[in-house]
Amino acid sequence: MPDEKTICMKASGLTKVFGLGRQKTVAVDHVDLDLYQGEVVSIVGESGSGKTTLAKMLLGLISPTEGDVYFLGKKRDLSSQKKKQDYWKNIQAIFQDPFASYNIFHKIDDVLLDCIYMRGGRKFPSEEKTGLMAKSCGFVNLKFEELTNKYPFELSGGQMQRLMIARIFLLKPKILLADEPTSMIDACSRATILEMLMRLRNETGMTVIFITHDIGLAYYVSDKVYIMEHGKFVESGTADEVILHPKAAYTRRLINDVPKIYEEWDLSTV
Amino acid sequence: MGKVILEVKELTTKYITRFREDIYAVDHVSLRVEEGKSLGIAGESGCGKSTLALSLMGYYFAPLHYTSGEIVIAGRNITGMKPDDVRKMVLGKEIAYIPQAAMNALNPTQKVISFIEDVIHAHDPSVGKKEIHDNARGMFETLGLPAEVLQKYPVELSGGMKQRVVIAVSVLLLPRVLIADEPSSALDVTSQKMVIKMLRQLMEIGFVGSMIFITHELPLLYNVTDEIMVMYAGQIVEKGTAKEVVFDPLHPYAKGLMGSIIVPEQGLRNVKLTAIPGVPPNLKNPPSGCRFAERCKYVMPECKTNSIGLRDLDGERAYRCILPEKELRALYQREVKTNA
Repeated sequence: MPDEKTICMKASGLTKVFGLGRQKTVAVDHVDLDLYQGEVVSIVGESGSGKTTLAKMLLGLISPTEGDVYFLGKKRDLSSQKKKQDYWKNIQAIFQDPFASYNIFHKIDDVLLDCIYMRGGRKFPSEEKTGLMAKSCGFVNLKFEELTNKYPFELSGGQMQRLMIARIFLLKPKILLADEPTSMIDACSRATILEMLMRLRNETGMTVIFITHDIGLAYYVSDKVYIMEHGKFVESGTADEVILHPKAAYTRRLINDVPKIYEEWDLSTV
Repeated sequence: MGKVILEVKELTTKYITRFREDIYAVDHVSLRVEEGKSLGIAGESGCGKSTLALSLMGYYFAPLHYTSGEIVIAGRNITGMKPDDVRKMVLGKEIAYIPQAAMNALNPTQKVISFIEDVIHAHDPSVGKKEIHDNARGMFETLGLPAEVLQKYPVELSGGMKQRVVIAVSVLLLPRVLIADEPSSALDVTSQKMVIKMLRQLMEIGFVGSMIFITHELPLLYNVTDEIMVMYAGQIVEKGTAKEVVFDPLHPYAKGLMGSIIVPEQGLRNVKLTAIPGVPPNLKNPPSGCRFAERCKYVMPECKTNSIGLRDLDGERAYRCILPEKELRALYQREVKTNA
């Protein structure tokens, strides 16, 4: 249920250039993006189209060469560590590779405790902390009793990705940026993870940005779809508009390349 | 029915862990691949797909051990052969394997061409360099890969290109069976399509006799293979033609897998994605009854105690469930009605 009035994040003329002179690559090229509160947006493109660079700029992990990001109507300010931390309370991410997303020296309890601390729970009595941790694990179908005193690498990829969602459950950010959250996971766990993300979205009303190359996934989850090619949006609109009636040639090609089960898959086009 | 190239009877293999526990990752699997046909193997992570692929080659290294069963490739029984003999006589010529992380299978310090030289020399040291180069160039050109690739290092190639190079290298010796283990799962849709197109081409030109294709992406499997086998916890739970398994699955697990398909087609946005709850059983001590019983919607008390065999239907169709076909179908229909 997207709220069509409140813009929670806005990017204008966002550009990132890597390298200099002849080596110059424009990874993201003057991208404008309006995100409304509670919306699910997908950014779809091939490898190397600049999706992840855009995501990193929105997250504030790399600074844009040009352009601005506005958050809740105000221009984003990341000039000090404190301001960055405040920003990251509102925007969180799930990354592609769950195996690389955790600090290998931190136990699962610490991972979840950190999230409680970030939401100001440092002074909570310990039963309440445990209760919250157990609740978050329960939300993603993990058993907290089996996870205590374990390290993230003892879990499977799907479980790690679910633990990530448990973190988001505790943090309750305004915006969640999911950068290919299911591309390293098998089809069966993918359904579980998507279902959990959507349930979390419905409960908290957060905005979700999906970054993916899986156009089927984008169609399934999102309200709005942006198609990205060479750092630019070539097409945008509601999921039905873009996927079922694509206008740009690039979109048509992408959709054509996905194996389907009800339509003939045309192999002659590559 | 065509000529059978690969026949596997009741193959069982196990892993022995360092605590001396036996894990039967492939449990009494029988399959048959005919000339010119392709077989798909589907299943979630950890169900034994990749172990089955390794076992099929007869290439056993600790902790993987052979237990029982027979593998016959083109009339020759390769069970019980030593790994060294298998490598010399079977791999590459009879059966070729594209590993899961094929992108990392190339040697980063070697040009593609010298990698190919190594491959050929391992099988036949007497082949001259010029012959290898000509052969490789010919092969690459037939498959639509630019010949300059041969002179490049793996880092200079894109992911999709690396994958296609590895496939081209693996079929240099014209194997009868090609096993492709998730060849496209790390690629984006366009590169994936190129890889699939190339695999199809290989079969059409006749570089490979038949193919075994392993993946968890069902739409892909449906488009590539003739027959599909669904594996769960080391066992085959369903097999049939691609169409039958995708549109008319019988086993509850296969049915569940179909519920996790996402394709960008009209109307599918409103279909609820159904995830199968729970996790696969631990194969250290598998349940005595049906291995899927813990997660099955239609579980009955007998499921957990009776061991359940593969039920053969007419043709190549088979499934592993305690219920007969009619009762299963009636169950599914009743569910459709209650949902509506």
